[in-house]
Amino acid sequence: MSDLLQVATRKGLFEIARKTGGWDIVASHFLGDPISAVLTIDGMTLAAPDLGHFGPKLWRRDTKGTWSEMAMPTFPEKPDDADDDPHPWTLGRIWNFTPGGVPGRLYAGTMPGGLFRSDDLGETWSLVESLWLHPDRKKWFGVAGGEQPGLSSVLVDPRDPAHVTVGVSTGGVWATRDEGKTWSVINKGMTNEYMPPDQQGDPIPQDIHQLAQCPAAPDVMWCQHHSAVFRSTDGGENWVMVTAAKPTGFGFAVQAHPTDGQTAWFVPAEKDERRIPKDGKLVVSRTRDGGKTFDVLSKGLPQRHAYDLVYRHALAVDGTGERLAFGSTSGGMWISEDAGDSWTALDARLPPVAAVRFA
Amino acid sequence: MPTVHFTSQLERFLPAPSVDVGPAAATLGAALAAVFTDHPALQSYILDDQGALRRHVAVFVAGKPARDREKLTDPVGPDEEIHVFQALSGG
Repeated sequence: MSDLLQVATRKGLFEIARKTGGWDIVASHFLGDPISAVLTIDGMTLAAPDLGHFGPKLWRRDTKGTWSEMAMPTFPEKPDDADDDPHPWTLGRIWNFTPGGVPGRLYAGTMPGGLFRSDDLGETWSLVESLWLHPDRKKWFGVAGGEQPGLSSVLVDPRDPAHVTVGVSTGGVWATRDEGKTWSVINKGMTNEYMPPDQQGDPIPQDIHQLAQCPAAPDVMWCQHHSAVFRSTDGGENWVMVTAAKPTGFGFAVQAHPTDGQTAWFVPAEKDERRIPKDGKLVVSRTRDGGKTFDVLSKGLPQRHAYDLVYRHALAVDGTGERLAFGSTSGGMWISEDAGDSWTALDARLPPVAAVRFA
Repeated sequence: MPTVHFTSQLERFLPAPSVDVGPAAATLGAALAAVFTDHPALQSYILDDQGALRRHVAVFVAGKPARDREKLTDPVGPDEEIHVFQALSGG
């Protein structure tokens, strides 16, 4: 059970700890600077300041608590014959960090869609060129909040670190089973509503807002897609639309239960063209039966005039599945200690929240 | 010899002193490269992965906005000043 939350916001990184009497902010870092991703692993914390003028940056706090700037993930020189590539070969944003399943290994998902790997806990990074140089990568396209494709999710199979699945917004679900030597697009069954009818089932134009994987049952994956919720029970090869999702199927965030492949949480929004909670009521939806039915959880959440949107990395679940937390674009932060049945608001007005993690 | 001056806003993140870059620095690119030789951490704040000026960094050579923001070929005279600012933006 985790007693520490790390919250990356538009104006700094905040640490929120469970104390006698409830959760409270205990530390802040990089005040004033946008932080786009955070991860704590092996006692060290990585944070990605996304400086508006001076570009994305990477800092790491060592086990003694000292922050140092690290070398950034960097794209190689763009070759002369890459003129037909619609996307820049320049790091736009570090969007997420994911532990790589072996000691020292990390992945960074970025805009404009590069996947980077580190084998020394973030000191040095290399572009996973097999994915970046895949000819179909040029067909990926930009996402809300940026004109560039974004690698929104990285799932590392707990049974086999050579099996990595990534979600691209927008570019479909891609997987490697040979530690990144080869990649293929795998999301059969996904469809969308934003492409011409004859292309709605094509794999690449699927906007993968976020993927989640049940660590104890890794073949179970959930996808909050731009057009619906989908679920796979065969490691992402085939997907079925979860039509029972309510109050809507639109949203950004999803988290899978750590041990129960039937349980997942979402934070729905009204719909694509009105990105606000339905009827101004902020709710979390939870399924406990593999997506057949959903509970709409509202106890402790604002139920009138709430216009909070929750971004894809801003919902977190701890290792027990009992504690959850999420932060919103309006700077709200709510924590549950009973698997989402009830929520307590953090007594703070945070900057807009980009990412929330249990440390 | 040409001198490169950096906005003091950079000092929030790292040292960014003014640097005399020597008479061989005949272009903006050569002048910046001379700075980054002694201050390598500054490079990623000013240039992107392809060596172009970052979109929201403003550079003036002898009082005029740099024209070639990708290859940095703007000529620099022997005693000219280069100023690196952050572009105006909201937020």
